[in-house]
Amino acid sequence: MATEAKTPELIVSVSPHVRGDETVGRIMWTVNLSLLPAFIMSVYYFGPLAAYVTGLCIVTSVLFEHFYQVSLKKKSTIGDGSAFLTGLLLGLNLPPSVPFYIPVVGSLVAIIITKLLFGGLGYNIFNPALIGRAFLLISFPKLMTIWSEPTAQFVALDAKTTATPLGILKEGGIAKLVEVFGDKTDLYMNLLMGSRAGSLGETSVIALLIGAALLMYRGYITWHIPFSFLATVGVMAWALGGDSGFFTGDPLIHLLSGGLILGAFFMATDYVTCPSIRKGQIIFGIGCGAITMMIRLKGGFPEGVMFAILLMNCFAPLIDRSVKARMFGAIKEKKEQKK
Amino acid sequence: MSKTATFERGIHPKYHKELASEKSIARAALPDRIVVPVSQHIGAPAKPEVVIGDEVKRGQVIGSTTGFVSSPIHSSISGKVIAIADFPTSVGKMVQSIVIESDGKDEPVVFNENPDYAGLSPDDIKTLIKDAGIVGMGGAAFPTNVKLSPPKEKRIDTVIINGAECEPYLTADHRLMAEHPKEVVEGLKIIMKSLGVKEGHIGIEENKPDAIEAMRSAVACETDIKIWPLEVKYPQGAEKMLIRAIKGREVPSKGLPMDVGAVVQNVGTALAVYEAVRFGKPLIERVVTITGTGIKEPANMMVRIGTLMSDVIEQCGGLVEGAVKVISGGPMMGFAQWTLDVPVVKGTSGILVMAHDEYVSSDEYSACIRCGSCIDVCPMGLNPSILSIYAEKGFFEDAKENNLFDCFECGSCAYVCPAKRPMVQFMRLAKSQVKP
Repeated sequence: MATEAKTPELIVSVSPHVRGDETVGRIMWTVNLSLLPAFIMSVYYFGPLAAYVTGLCIVTSVLFEHFYQVSLKKKSTIGDGSAFLTGLLLGLNLPPSVPFYIPVVGSLVAIIITKLLFGGLGYNIFNPALIGRAFLLISFPKLMTIWSEPTAQFVALDAKTTATPLGILKEGGIAKLVEVFGDKTDLYMNLLMGSRAGSLGETSVIALLIGAALLMYRGYITWHIPFSFLATVGVMAWALGGDSGFFTGDPLIHLLSGGLILGAFFMATDYVTCPSIRKGQIIFGIGCGAITMMIRLKGGFPEGVMFAILLMNCFAPLIDRSVKARMFGAIKEKKEQKK
Repeated sequence: MSKTATFERGIHPKYHKELASEKSIARAALPDRIVVPVSQHIGAPAKPEVVIGDEVKRGQVIGSTTGFVSSPIHSSISGKVIAIADFPTSVGKMVQSIVIESDGKDEPVVFNENPDYAGLSPDDIKTLIKDAGIVGMGGAAFPTNVKLSPPKEKRIDTVIINGAECEPYLTADHRLMAEHPKEVVEGLKIIMKSLGVKEGHIGIEENKPDAIEAMRSAVACETDIKIWPLEVKYPQGAEKMLIRAIKGREVPSKGLPMDVGAVVQNVGTALAVYEAVRFGKPLIERVVTITGTGIKEPANMMVRIGTLMSDVIEQCGGLVEGAVKVISGGPMMGFAQWTLDVPVVKGTSGILVMAHDEYVSSDEYSACIRCGSCIDVCPMGLNPSILSIYAEKGFFEDAKENNLFDCFECGSCAYVCPAKRPMVQFMRLAKSQVKP
C-alpha cells in the first residue's frame, strides 16, 4: 500500500487512551502542603526544636523507605511523597521536646514495620505514622508525655513543662481547665489558635482547618469521615462529658483539644487505611469518634484519637465488604428477592 | 426544561470536540479497493456469496446471514472480487474478508424505493432493515432488526435515539444531526412504527447546541417525539445511562434495555434505517470522524464500508510527524491499531490519531491506594478498586461475586485512577477467567 512506508510505529494499548491528571504523587504532595500551616504554627509556638523534631522524622522516614527498597532491589518510591507525609505526620504527632532517637525509632516502626513489611503504599493495614506514635507512647511513656508550654516567640527557650488541656480536664475537671486559661472565651481562643500544650502539629486548630479546607477543595478528602468523627465526639462530649449529669458536657472543649482535628482530617482520612465506600466512611468516622470519647472519658489515657483510628483501621476492610455502593439496576433485583 | 437529564456519577474528560465539530460531512473519494469483513456485527458471521473473480456492483449482497442474530454484507463499490481471506480488523482479530478491486465506475444495483413507506407493515420494515444489513452504528454493532424484534413478553413503550456522543473527540453523530435532522427523525418514526411504539425521544449532550436546535426544528410538527438536552458527562451515551437519564428507569443488573420497555438506537442507525426503508439502500457507507492532533486535517467523512483506514487518513492530509497512536472509535472505549490497513466497518465511529504530546503511557502503574475515586465515578455503582485487586491477585470468582459482569468497560475508573492502574484490562482479564 502507498502509505505503508510512511506509517510510523504505532503504540497499541488497552482503552481508555486518555487519562485524568491526578497522580498519587500529586495527592500526597498536596497533603504535605496542606500541613504546612500546622507546621509553621508548631515552630511559632514551640521554637526551632519543633522544626528539628519534625524534620528528623521526615528525613529518617524518607531514608528508611529509600534504603529498604534499594537494598531489596526494588524501585524507590520516595518520590510519591507518601514517606515524606508519614514522617511529617509522625513529627506533628510528637511532643515538642523529645531526644533524637524518638523520631528515628518512630520512623523505623512507621515506615519499615507498618508500611513496607506489609507491602508498601496501598497494602498497609494501619496508619504508619500512628503506629509509629503508638509504639513510642507505649515504649517511652515518660518521654512521650513531657509537654512544653507554648512560647509563641519562634525562639528556643528553656520551655517550662505543663499539662495538656485534656490532661488537666482528666485530673481536675472543667473548672480547673477554665481556671488555668483565665475564662472560657480565653480557653476557646487559645485552643483555636493553638496556644496550649500538646503534640507539635495538633495544637493550632485554625492552621489545621486551613489545610483541611485545601484538601476538601481539591476533593482529596470528603466530609464523610471528618464530619461523622467530629459530630460523634461532639454529641458524646455533650451527652456524657458533663460534671453534673447527662447532656451538660462542653462539646467545644473536646472538639478543639487533643489531636482530634489533626486526626479527623489528616489521619483518619488516610486512603489506604480507611473504607473507600462513602457510606462505610461514615460508619468509620462514628466508630473513631465513639472510641475517642470512651478513652477520653473513661480510659486511662487523657487522649484517645490515636487508638481510636488504629482500632477502626482494623475494621476498614470489614466495613467496605459489608456496605456496598448502590449498584445501578439493583432496585428491581431486591424487590424480586422479597417476593 | 429546567434541568438537563443525566445519570449518577460518571466523569468529565477533556472533550476536544472542537477539532472536528465544525467540519461538514465530506464524501470520501472512491477507494481503489475495499476489504469487507464477514463479521462486523455481534452474532453469526455472514457467509460469502461471491467467489474470486466475480463482478459485483455497489449495493450488491456479497455475504448472507447465517442465523437469526446475524447480518448480511454488501459491496460498497463496483468492481471485481480479488481475494477472500483472513485480514486484520479494527478490533484486533483476523477475520475472513472479501476484497474487491474497484472498476472505477461505481455502478449501483437497482434499489427498491418505497416513496410511500408510511404504508409499510412492521414486518415489512424489519425485513427491509435486515436485508440492508443494518447494525447498531454506535460501536457495538448489534443487528438492528433483532433489537426491533423483542420477545412478546417484553412490552416496548419507548424508543430513544442516542445522540449523546459522549466519547471525547468524536463528532460524527453531531454532524449527522446538524446536517440531516429530518432523515434522523424519519428513521426514528420508522423504528417506532416497527415496534408499535408511540413515544420517541432523542437525547443529545448539551455541547452540541446546533444539533439540538436542528433536531428541535425537525420535530416541531411531531407530537410524539421529544428532544432531550443531556448533561455533558461521560458515559452519558451508554444505553443504560441514557435510559436512566431520559426515562428514569434502571435496566436491571444483567438485563437488557427491553426489560424496562426501551429500545435505544444510535443516530447513524436511524439514518441508515430511513435510507434502507425509503430508498432501499443497504448499509454501505457511514459517517466517520477522523480527528486528533496526530492528523493533519481533521474531518467528518462519509466513508464506504471496507475502505482502509490508511486511505481515509491520506485524504485527511495524512499523519503528522510524531503520531504515535491510532484508535478505532473514541479515546475511552476505542481500540488501538497496530496497522492502518484495517477497514472501516459498520461500527467504526471514528479514527482518532494521537500525537506524542497527547499520548499517555499506561505501562507503569502502582498499587491501589484505595482513594475511592473509581467508586465515585463508576456509572454502574460498582467497586472497581476491589475488582481490580481481585483480578490482579487472581481471585476471579470473588470479582464475579462483586458484580464484575455489570461492568461494561467504559473506562471511567481507569481515567480517574491516580495510580494509573489498567482497570479495563483487569476487568477483561477477570471476565475471561470466569463464566458469567
